[in-house]
Amino acid sequence: MCLAVPARIVEMTGDQAVADAMGNRWAIRTTLTPEVKLGDIVLVHAGYAIAKIDEEEAKKTWELFEQIAEMEAERGKAQGGDHAT
Amino acid sequence: MRLNKIQQAREQIEKSCAKIGRLVQVMEVCGTHTVALFRHGIRSLLPKNLKLLSGPGCPVCVTDQGYIDTVIDLAGRPDCIIATYGDMIRVPGKNTSLERLSLPNVRIVLSSDDAVTLAKNHPDKTVVFVAVGFETTTPATAVAIEQADKFGLNNFTVLCGHKLVLPAMRALLSGRNDKIDAFLCPGHVSIILGSRAYEPIVKEFKRPCVVGGFEAEQILSGLAKICEQIEQNKPAVDSVYGLAVRPEGNKTSQQWMEKYFEPCDGPWRGLGCIPQGSLRIKDTYAKFDAQKRFSIAQMPAEEPCGCLCGQVLCGLIEPSQCGLFGKKCTPDHPVGPCMVSTEGACAAWYKYGK
Repeated sequence: MCLAVPARIVEMTGDQAVADAMGNRWAIRTTLTPEVKLGDIVLVHAGYAIAKIDEEEAKKTWELFEQIAEMEAERGKAQGGDHAT
Repeated sequence: MRLNKIQQAREQIEKSCAKIGRLVQVMEVCGTHTVALFRHGIRSLLPKNLKLLSGPGCPVCVTDQGYIDTVIDLAGRPDCIIATYGDMIRVPGKNTSLERLSLPNVRIVLSSDDAVTLAKNHPDKTVVFVAVGFETTTPATAVAIEQADKFGLNNFTVLCGHKLVLPAMRALLSGRNDKIDAFLCPGHVSIILGSRAYEPIVKEFKRPCVVGGFEAEQILSGLAKICEQIEQNKPAVDSVYGLAVRPEGNKTSQQWMEKYFEPCDGPWRGLGCIPQGSLRIKDTYAKFDAQKRFSIAQMPAEEPCGCLCGQVLCGLIEPSQCGLFGKKCTPDHPVGPCMVSTEGACAAWYKYGK
């Protein structure tokens, strides 16, 4: 619930939008950030954009997610592959 | 360049802590910070007299057992659909958890919007949205109520368990743990509240409040700022979490919250009643309030025997000091809520082998 993900808005109709983070796309709402436009990068929390952020900040988080995914995969292997997060 | 910044922050922390010359206790209020601190191995980089305390910043962990038992009771009604964020289903109530019950009418949702959709698609059932979380999730619940109102969905209800971070910080300093020297403030909550929201706490309690990000560099520079402020005895509000945290916060989100919710006294798991620390749905929107719709009286909350989550959440003990930790209470068989959520202090300590 607490995880916030930076994502780019790739489609937008009113306050309904499609967000893209590292190739994953899902439906979000921009009700809480009326200033955002198509192409902006936002922080998405529980299905809602809560802030517009810049590309530099987003990239740092995406890199971090990749590292975590790799770490988790390694931990999973080390623990017999049944590791749940 | 980033390594350089990390090094600079470490040097500042070392220098300040050496000058302060006593134990410095910094509480990270956010559960995501607790996890990030372990992931980056930050604790091992800090001087011996700088101690990090995990605070009551995980919504799952601070949701009282009475609330969870109420959800479990409602899940037993065939006329209800329970719509909940995934992290809540494993939290044990007095006798069982939603996961153990494994009922077909308990649905995991990723957003409050999904709960409204469930109400639309199941007009013959009453949807109960399990609304927990701090200021980051509350505005989304407000939007869901507005949507339900707009579509005339009388079968959409909200069991409001939303909480406010600032009253809890205040309650901690007012007696539950006045040994806290400073707060590393939660990043996402601060996006909504704005950094200015911490000014009254800084003024009244003379404690630094620095909003931290989640990368090693941001956490260390946040801690460096805190240590420098303590060393110079100049507590202030600051942020190292980039441009997303504005002094005034996200005004739109604040307006949504104010329209549908009002603060009230309410129970926090392990911390007891926090004055004005909970939110309830305003009377104007009472028809969406599950507590009123189902005439639910507040249930007495009992803590599981031997569970010290309350003391963990106040930063009074470390998880490993609880007698149940790693023995009777593990992530596979959690007794207390801090072991359930991946953001809980006990689960993080267990996972990262402390």
